Amino acid sequence: MSDLLADGKTASTVPSDGLAVLESQRSTAETFGIPLAVLAELTHRCPLQCPYCSNPIELDRGSSELTTEEWKKVLSELAEIGVLQIHFSGGEPTARKDLVELVQHATDVGLYSNLITSAVLLTKDKLSALADAGLCHVQISFQGNEPVVADRVAGLKNAHEKKIEAAKWTRELDLPLTVNAVMHRQNLHQLQDIIQMAVDLDADRLEVANVQYYGWALKNRAALMPALEQIEETSRIVEEAATRLKGILAIDYVVPDYYALRPKKCMGGWGRQFFNISPAGKVLPCHAAESITGLEFESVRSNHSIAWIWQNSEAFNRYRGTGWMKEPCKSCEFREIDFGGCRCQAFALTGDAGNTDPACTLSPRHEEIFKQAEREAAAHQDRFLYRNFAGGTLETEGEHGA
Amino acid sequence: MALSRNISVSEASRPKLPRHARLKFDETRQVWVILAPERVLAPDEIAVEVLQLCDGVRSVADMIDQLAVKYAAPREAIATDVVAMLQDLADKGFLTEAREKTS
Repeated sequence: MSDLLADGKTASTVPSDGLAVLESQRSTAETFGIPLAVLAELTHRCPLQCPYCSNPIELDRGSSELTTEEWKKVLSELAEIGVLQIHFSGGEPTARKDLVELVQHATDVGLYSNLITSAVLLTKDKLSALADAGLCHVQISFQGNEPVVADRVAGLKNAHEKKIEAAKWTRELDLPLTVNAVMHRQNLHQLQDIIQMAVDLDADRLEVANVQYYGWALKNRAALMPALEQIEETSRIVEEAATRLKGILAIDYVVPDYYALRPKKCMGGWGRQFFNISPAGKVLPCHAAESITGLEFESVRSNHSIAWIWQNSEAFNRYRGTGWMKEPCKSCEFREIDFGGCRCQAFALTGDAGNTDPACTLSPRHEEIFKQAEREAAAHQDRFLYRNFAGGTLETEGEHGA
Repeated sequence: MALSRNISVSEASRPKLPRHARLKFDETRQVWVILAPERVLAPDEIAVEVLQLCDGVRSVADMIDQLAVKYAAPREAIATDVVAMLQDLADKGFLTEAREKTS
C-alpha cells in the first residue's frame, strides 16, 4: 500500500511523495494532476491574534468573502475534477455561520472533510451538528499546554480552556482529533507537556510544527525565533516520543528550515500537488503566495474553471518544475528534491521569489540570514505584534493582549 | 493512561473501518483509495476485497471461509494471509473493532 498524500498543507519531508505513484502512469503534459487535497480558507476573521498567523498581512475583509452558494459551487467543482479531501480552514472557519451547510455539501459531493480550527467558537451542539453533517476529522490548534503561555500567544483570554473543552467533545463524538502545536522560542519549553496533553486528550495525531517565517511570523521573528540548542532538544524530544507512543499517538514534525542545511520542499513543489482557495476566492499555490508582489492570481469568480486555473494560469506556471531556476538551483543535484525551497520565503528575504530560498546552505544569503536569526534568538525581545485587520497591534506591558 | 487503540486481529475479530478512514473508488484516477486524516492511500486489489468485507459484523473466520471458497484455495493459506494483512491495516490505524474509548 502506498501513501499518496504525504502532507498537503505543510512542507513534505517524505522524499517519494505519493503523487509520484500517480504521475508515473501519466505523460509529462499531465504531470500536474489535480491535487488530492485542497485547503479552503473560508474566512480571515478570527478571534485569536497569534503573532505567527499564516494568513497574509493584507487580510480579506468579511465583505469580500465567497458566499455560501459560491463555496458550494467550488466544492462541487473540486469533487468533480478529482479532489478527494477538503480542509476547511481560515482564519477561523467556525466564524462562518454556514459551516455546517458547507460540510454537509462536501459530504454530499463525496469529499472527505477536515476542520482546522482554533475551537474557541465551538459549542458541543455545533460540533455535534458538524459530525452529523459528515465531518471526518477535527484539527485543533494549541498555543501551549497551559493558559498562561497559551492565552498570551493567542491574544485571547480563556482560549486554552475552551480548546481543551472542545477537544474533549471531539472525542466524545468519536471524531478523530489532531492536536496542532505551533512551536517557537516562547513555548518550546512546553513541548514535553504538549505531547502529554495530546495523549491525555486521546488525540490520534499531533502535529509539531515549527513556525515558518513569512507574513506575520516574519514581522514577529525576533520574538519567536528559537535558539539552535532549543531546536536540537526539540528534535530529540519528538524522536523519543514518536518511538514511545507508537500505536497511541502519531506525531508529524515540521522542522524549522532556518536551522536546516537543505530547504524544505515547500508545498511539495510550487503548483505540483497543492492549492488553496482564499476567502475572496483566489486560487493560490500556497496560503502565503499573495505576499509575492507582481504575481496575478485568478479567482473562482473569474470565467475560468478551477482546473484551468491550476493547469494554465501564469501564477501556477511561473515557478513550476525547474525551468524557472537560476543558479545555484539550476545546476544543483537536489533541484528536483526540494525545488529550490520556498518561493514566499525567497521573496520575503531576498526580494525575488526566483532566488534560491536562503534556508539552503547553497544560497549566497544563507550565512547572513542564519546569523541574524541567531542574534535575534539571543536578544530575547519577547514582545509580540498581534495579528489583526488593522495591520497588527503591539503587545503592551502586563496586558499581553489577552 | 491512554491505551493503544490498535487491535490484535484474530479469527474471532469483527473489524471495520474507523470513522476517519473511508474506502472509496476514485473515479478520476480509477483506483481504490483509503481516505484518512492528511493522507490518501492506495490499497492493492486484495486489500480492497478484504476491506470491503470488514463491516463490523462479519468475523475474520467468516471472511476466510468466503475467500477460500471464492479462490478455491486451502483455508489455512488464506487464513495466514488475511490475518497478516488485517493486522497490518490495524497497526496503521485503518481498522478498528467495537468503539473503544479511553476515559
